[in-house]
This record gives sequence, structure tokens and C-alpha cells, in this order.
Amino acid sequence: MKDIITLAIESSCDETSAAILKNGREVISNIVATQIDLHKKFGGVVPEVASRKHVENIDAVIQSALDEAGMIFDDIDIIGVTHGPGLVGALLVGLSTAKALAFALNKPLVGVNHIEGHISANFIQHKELEPPFICLIVSGGHTHLAEVKDYGKYEILGRTRDDAAGEAFDKIARAMKLGYPGGPIIDRLSKIGNKDSIKFPRIYLEDDSYDFSFSGLKSSVLNYLNAKKMKNEDIVVEDVAASFQQSVVEVLTNKAIKAAKEKGYDKIILAGGVAANSGLREMLINECKNYNIDVKYPSLDLCTDNAAMIGCAAYYDYINGKVDDLSLNAVPNLKLGQK
Amino acid sequence: MKVLGIDTSSKAASVAIMEDNKLISEYTINNNKTHSQKLMPIIENMFKLNEMSANDIDLISVCIGPGSFTGLRIGVATAKAIAHVRDIPVVVVNSLEALSFNVSMTNKTVCPMIDAQKKQVYTCKYSWDKDSLLKVEDIDVKKVEDLAEELKSSLEEFVLIGEGVDLHKEVFGNINNVYIAPNSHRASRASSICEIGIEKFKKGDTKNHYEVVPYYIRKSQAEVQYDEKMKRLKEDGK
Ligand SMILES: [Zn+2]
Repeated sequence: MKDIITLAIESSCDETSAAILKNGREVISNIVATQIDLHKKFGGVVPEVASRKHVENIDAVIQSALDEAGMIFDDIDIIGVTHGPGLVGALLVGLSTAKALAFALNKPLVGVNHIEGHISANFIQHKELEPPFICLIVSGGHTHLAEVKDYGKYEILGRTRDDAAGEAFDKIARAMKLGYPGGPIIDRLSKIGNKDSIKFPRIYLEDDSYDFSFSGLKSSVLNYLNAKKMKNEDIVVEDVAASFQQSVVEVLTNKAIKAAKEKGYDKIILAGGVAANSGLREMLINECKNYNIDVKYPSLDLCTDNAAMIGCAAYYDYINGKVDDLSLNAVPNLKLGQK
Repeated sequence: MKVLGIDTSSKAASVAIMEDNKLISEYTINNNKTHSQKLMPIIENMFKLNEMSANDIDLISVCIGPGSFTGLRIGVATAKAIAHVRDIPVVVVNSLEALSFNVSMTNKTVCPMIDAQKKQVYTCKYSWDKDSLLKVEDIDVKKVEDLAEELKSSLEEFVLIGEGVDLHKEVFGNINNVYIAPNSHRASRASSICEIGIEKFKKGDTKNHYEVVPYYIRKSQAEVQYDEKMKRLKEDGK
């Protein structure tokens, strides 16, 4: 069979990215232009600022992906692009570019669900990995627990009812004036701090629910910080960070293991930016040992937003028969499993 | 030489193909669907019906604004990508100049308006000198009420065009020295983008696709607020 070369584009938030893959799992190039520094002064991603930067960067990022792969446009067989979920203005830059490329090259267009992209990062990292498995997807924008039944076939078991896990990290980091993005900073401080020093709540919701809620935990940490401030007492940021992170990590770990046991799976796969969190990785691996559950996660560069993961998901969608027409629109709240 | 023109600066999505000075095809959709849903399907259809492909195009002329930020990005990203694949030059055209091209050879002053939201419009003024269009005032964002007052108190006669007229008909409809261009001329048209583009190309005023960005005029709201905050802090610090 002839190789299928995918050109993939991702612009759903603050990274402009393009990648080239061979047969879905072999990354030939993966260029990511991050805008983190641009958004730092605002304390978070500003959609209009992100959209403007995407349009400035996108063709240079695509050309870099081609150059690094030693390819030209004519080598491309399919175009994959994130069409949701994400910031609508940001999504539209990548999507408009991808549609125009598909038209000019006369090649099929495949719209990809960004969350499925995060899951697919694991297929790139672990060449032998095959569905089915339980997948815990945690990032700044989403927190999902899903049963991955086959390539492109998902059942959502639970999701956050309020804040995404990564969002809670950002908000706590902001409250302690630690900087942005909050996740990596809190993770780093947690390694120094005492995770048992402050007892923050673990919110499990109903017994039979796989859903998550982080807003209560967030308020509890903010209240703690406020109370300390009122009493003019010093805050040990490392201890707050470690105790907060432990609360998040415990709930995520326990729910993921519960899902694996109840649904009869021996694999838990981590995906999304928060999959880079060392506390989460450690606890999940340690706990899963007790149940003979295998834990896998992608390398750091595949955890955060990148086009290679989108290209992998596009490839499996494509060989399963999915091709989009040029009226494909951005869907900012696209759900996992929705195409 | 064949040029593909694209305009997504207002609600209307318009595309055209022009060969030298002959219009081959023009499509405009002025409904409420998003540019993302409209633009590529009309481009695809236009090429199909003309039995042409992107390979037949030698130049892309694209409207860079001012106008709806999201709309501009859709048009500009599309133009950049096609130019990238084809390795052809891009000409950038401003939306208000292109609109003014719709009412050619008038002896009145042309005043185009594109919605800038919050009861404001992007506007400027042009006049025709024989067959050339001259800009007589710089592009600005004006409050609809202020612009109406300004026109009313002027001794000149004006022709109004652009979606701003439709959105604010009650404000501009009854001014004595103001004429509203007919429906067929009011919406943005990519044939005007092509025509201006060809003239610019002849003068060597082309760009590489990497350099092409929308012309927003305004900073983002977040940047405006940030700048204000910094200014306040600086003043407090004095
Ligand atoms: Zn993501």
C-alpha cells in the first residue's frame, strides 16, 4: 500500500502548529510556534491577540514543516485540521488555511476534534498501542474520562462540571502571583512543598459519577489564601501548591482507576497538557501498580498542543472514511466523539 | 494574466476571477452564514463552473480591511494559503477603496462605510478625477451620529455605499445632500478588488504571502485596556 502523507494544522488556542506525518503515526516534522510570551502580560490567552498572531505566523510555520520534512506541497496526500473545540477566532485561521490548501492542492480535507488529537498523541508516542483503553484527558480547556473503544470511537464516561483541571492550576497560580501558565509552575513548587500540610477537599461528586468538579477546590484554596492574608500570616507557596496539586491528582487518579476496574481495562492513557504534570504521572503509576494497570502518556512536546497529534487523528478518521467538504466550520464547543 | 479577488471585509463574501481587463466570473453571497461556511464553497464552485483550477491563477488580490476582524482573517488566510501553494504574488486592497470603486465616475464625493460595531463605522472619502479614484480623507472609525452631522453640515454632495448604509438607514436616509447608492452597488464586490489589484500589480505594488496581514486599524480590546492600565500606573507613580 502506498504511504499516506498528512499535513496537519492546529491553531485552536495559543500555539500555531503544522506537522507532516507518514501513515498517521510517524512524525516527519512538527513545528510549534508558541505565543505564551505574548499572552503573559494579560495573565491568560486573549482570543483576539491569539487570532492575530496565528494569521501572521501560519504560512511560515507550514513552510517550516515542509522544509524540515524535506517535502513540497505535491508530496501531501491529505490535509488534517483542528475545527474544534477551541477559541473560534483562532480555530478559523487554521481552518481557513487548511481549506484553501485542500482546494489549491485538490486533496481531501479532514476536520479533527482537538480532544481526539490529544488522545492520538499516544499513538505517536507508543507505536504498539492499540485501542481499547481508558483515557484521562486533562488540559487547560478540558477534563474528560473516556473509554476509547477503537480509533475514532469514544464514549465519554465523565467530564468536568465546571472548571477544567488546568484552568484551576492557572487560577491558583494567578492568585498567588506565581505567573502564567500556572500548571508547570505549581508542579515545580509542589516538588519542594509538603503535600499533606494543608487539607484541601477532594471532590468526588456522586458515588456512581465519573464527572469532575474543581471549582469547590479552587474556592477553598482562595479562601485559605484570603484568611491567611487577613490574619497577616505568611503563606508557604510551596505547601499550598503541593497540597492543591495533591487534591487534584488524587481525584483524577482514583476516578481513572475506578473506570478501568469497572469497565475491565488494563490500560490507562493520559492525554492533554496536564498529562505533563509530574505529580499526576507519579501517583497514577504508583496506584496502578496495585491493580496491574499499565499507564502510558506522551512525551512533553506531544502533551501540549501540537499539529502532529491532529495529523494522527486525521489519518485514522480518513482511513475510516471521513472527508469534509469546504464548508466545514469551526465548532468552538465541539464535544469528544462529535465529528 | 488571471487574478483571483477575495473580499470578506463585510457581511458579504465576494470572489471574482478577472483576466487582464475582462471580468470572467463573480460570486457574492450576502446572507447570514459565516464567511467560513461561504467563502471556500463559492471559490470552489466558481472555479468548477469556469472549468478552471487554482493552477490557472497568476495573482491573488485580497481585501485586507478595515472590517470585521474575523472576516478579514478568513479572507486573508485563504489568500495566503492559495498564494503559498501556487507561489504567486499577492496584492492587498483596502475595503473602503474597493467599495468606492463600485460607484465609478460620479462627480459627488464617495463615502463608504463598513460596520465597526457599537454604532460606529470604518469610513473615509474618495472622489473621482476622470477615471482615477482619489482618496480625499484618511480612513477612520467614526460614530454613526457624528458622521451624519458632518455630512449634513457640509456643502458637498455625497454618495454613500457599504453595509454601514443598510445598518443605519434611519440615520442617513433623510439628509438632503446625501445620496444612497443602489442595492447592486452597495455591497463589497470582488471584481473591484481584482481591478484595483491589477492596477497595483502593474505598478509593482505586490507582496509575498508571508507579509500579508489584515489591516485592523484598531488594537484588540485587551491591548487597549492594558495600555490604559499601564498609563494609569505610570501617572500614579509620578
Ligand atoms: Zn489542547
